[in-house]
Amino acid sequence: MSSKQQFQLFRFILALGISLGISMLIIFLVSKEPWTAISYLLLGPFGSMRHFLSIFAQATPLIFTGLALSLCFKSGNFSMITDACLYISAVLTAALAIRLSLPFPLHPLVILLLAVVMGGIIGSLPALAKLYFKANELVTSLMLNYVFFYLGLFTISKYFADREAGTFASLKYAKTAVLPILVKGSKLHLGFFLALLLAVLFSILLYKTRFGYELRLSGSNPSFAKMVGISSSKVILLTQVLAGMVAGLGGAVEQMGMYQRFNWQESPSYAWDGVIIAILSRNNPALVPFSALFLAYIRVGADIMSRKSDVQNELVALIQALLILFVTAEAFLSGWEHRREVKESLAAADTALPATEHRPATASAEPVATKADLVEATEPAATKAESAEANGLVAATADLVEASGATAEKSDSVDAVKTFPEPGKEEA
Amino acid sequence: MGEILSILGKEDFYFAMLRTATPVLLTTLGAMTASRAGVSNIALEGTMLFAAFFGVIVSAFSQSALLGFLAAVGIGLFISLLLSYFIVELHSNGILSGIALNTLASGGTIFLLFLITGEKGASTSLHSLKLPALNIPLIENIPFVGKILSGQHILTYLSLLLVFAIATLFKKSRLGMEIIAVGENPEAAESLGISVKRVKRTALLISGALTGMAGAFLSMGYVGLFSAGMTAGRGYIALATQAIAGGNAYLAFLASLLFGFCQSMANYLQNTGVPLQFIQLIPYLSIVVAYCAYCRAKLKR
Repeated sequence: MSSKQQFQLFRFILALGISLGISMLIIFLVSKEPWTAISYLLLGPFGSMRHFLSIFAQATPLIFTGLALSLCFKSGNFSMITDACLYISAVLTAALAIRLSLPFPLHPLVILLLAVVMGGIIGSLPALAKLYFKANELVTSLMLNYVFFYLGLFTISKYFADREAGTFASLKYAKTAVLPILVKGSKLHLGFFLALLLAVLFSILLYKTRFGYELRLSGSNPSFAKMVGISSSKVILLTQVLAGMVAGLGGAVEQMGMYQRFNWQESPSYAWDGVIIAILSRNNPALVPFSALFLAYIRVGADIMSRKSDVQNELVALIQALLILFVTAEAFLSGWEHRREVKESLAAADTALPATEHRPATASAEPVATKADLVEATEPAATKAESAEANGLVAATADLVEASGATAEKSDSVDAVKTFPEPGKEEA
Repeated sequence: MGEILSILGKEDFYFAMLRTATPVLLTTLGAMTASRAGVSNIALEGTMLFAAFFGVIVSAFSQSALLGFLAAVGIGLFISLLLSYFIVELHSNGILSGIALNTLASGGTIFLLFLITGEKGASTSLHSLKLPALNIPLIENIPFVGKILSGQHILTYLSLLLVFAIATLFKKSRLGMEIIAVGENPEAAESLGISVKRVKRTALLISGALTGMAGAFLSMGYVGLFSAGMTAGRGYIALATQAIAGGNAYLAFLASLLFGFCQSMANYLQNTGVPLQFIQLIPYLSIVVAYCAYCRAKLKR
């Protein structure tokens, strides 16, 4: 682990510490039984097998939306249409699960397929508006979310509502339209593994294919991407269609895995939760499941806490908000990091100066560009920009971090070179 | 069609149009001020929700509508200060920080509401106060127009005055010039000795105060209570109307009126058998269509 990654990990842990710390403080302020509340919040999920497994069940939709938003953010598109894709696909799932009669494996398969198509179509709308009208995708997607939410609500209450249910609920889904439960007595369903599989596929797409490369470059360095002939329209459209498809799949999986009737009278916040998951994973699909599990753990804990103590589970909103704020604050602790870098570069200079060939940074960073062809040369530049854009991190998975270690090391030493002129000033 | 025409003939309809446009107008002016300084303030939604909440709580406990209003504006300022600290000092991505604050607002207000009233839905058990409506002498006697312009809520009049104030801010004042300069080219502004940090912070504070007023209007205007998620995307709508207005306060007024028109038309159509959900989606759909049309027109020019 390079020192930069160590710093980022440290920063992430500190951000987590601050978020949890403030939340504890609030618990102490409002609760008559703070210790009970805190222990349920943090240890509740491990209290029983059922609770533990529900972490995985709750993480499932979060993985889907986390992947969708990671992809959008990575390509530099701030579309929130994930919300509508998920909701409408869930509505479609309900409709098909009620009306369609097919044998078991076929029924969910058909539904999943159609939900993916539906998600892709809706996901494309803000992208098309951006391409044809230059309309900001954030603005259009936020409006469209409401439009589709009410459309979905209308569809269910007009055509599929169960009038005898008493509350807002659709008719019951057909017995054939379910995802198999994996552990008896729990809610852990096949969807979780589908989500994991998707995370793997997205990692491959993003880091091993040409399109993935174009997507990353468009996000980290749009003007350069244009220069090397990457079609930004293609990236914008394909990214958002793909993100929409994942979200659509997530909606269908959630309905068939967790519900027997459609009862989302309010739009679930999965898309917004996807934002924090994308941030915690630094838009890296391979890290998305870990971030989702982490958030799901807090969620399950908060639910148990609100049932067994006097603190409400809306506390989660506070933890989530503080996490986003501190993890994305690029300059958070930067003064501290700067001093550390200066110290390190001074030390490096002392040891390296006598033997210049031991200093790879100054010598190797530039010449790479002269030999390699243009596109390849930008690869390190792009990864550097990514690590700069990235804010802190959950590098809970050391092996994944190791993989990118080489490039990070390089950017580290480049930074060290940059800070060289500074020490003189500070000492003077 | 005939129904729509008969609605258009009613003075009540135009009264309602001005009324429903008010919170969006205030927020649009706020979004505009932030946007001209180069910050797209997506936290408006959460700011408004917090303001609506604290307006109700403070007015209920102090039994003073004025204090409630001041609290709403104060919390608007506070949230914006927080946002500006993260954006300006800690170099956070403004959109992500905004999303964080919105998350905090939607969960946090429910958390606090439950703490105070033991309910999660609405503040019905609290006796909170409303700000008054005003009858304007002379104008109220003019036929048709008088019924529309007089008797509106005090914040509606204030929002109209603020349209002029914001327009003047950008046309005449030093601060307005600085905000525009910082928004268009921060480096150049900095080189002229303008503190980019200070200007951005000030612009965000103005937008927070305006949005605070919008929140106060929602919970202390006609309904007189806070309910969970009562802003219903008005902060996001303001981002669209702001974009349509393109930095012009008078156009912001017109764009907000467009929202008011759709919203009150939707309210009137409720009596005609159009399904409720369609009525609810009309304002959002019209604004997104108007926004796309505006972008297309701008592109053609």
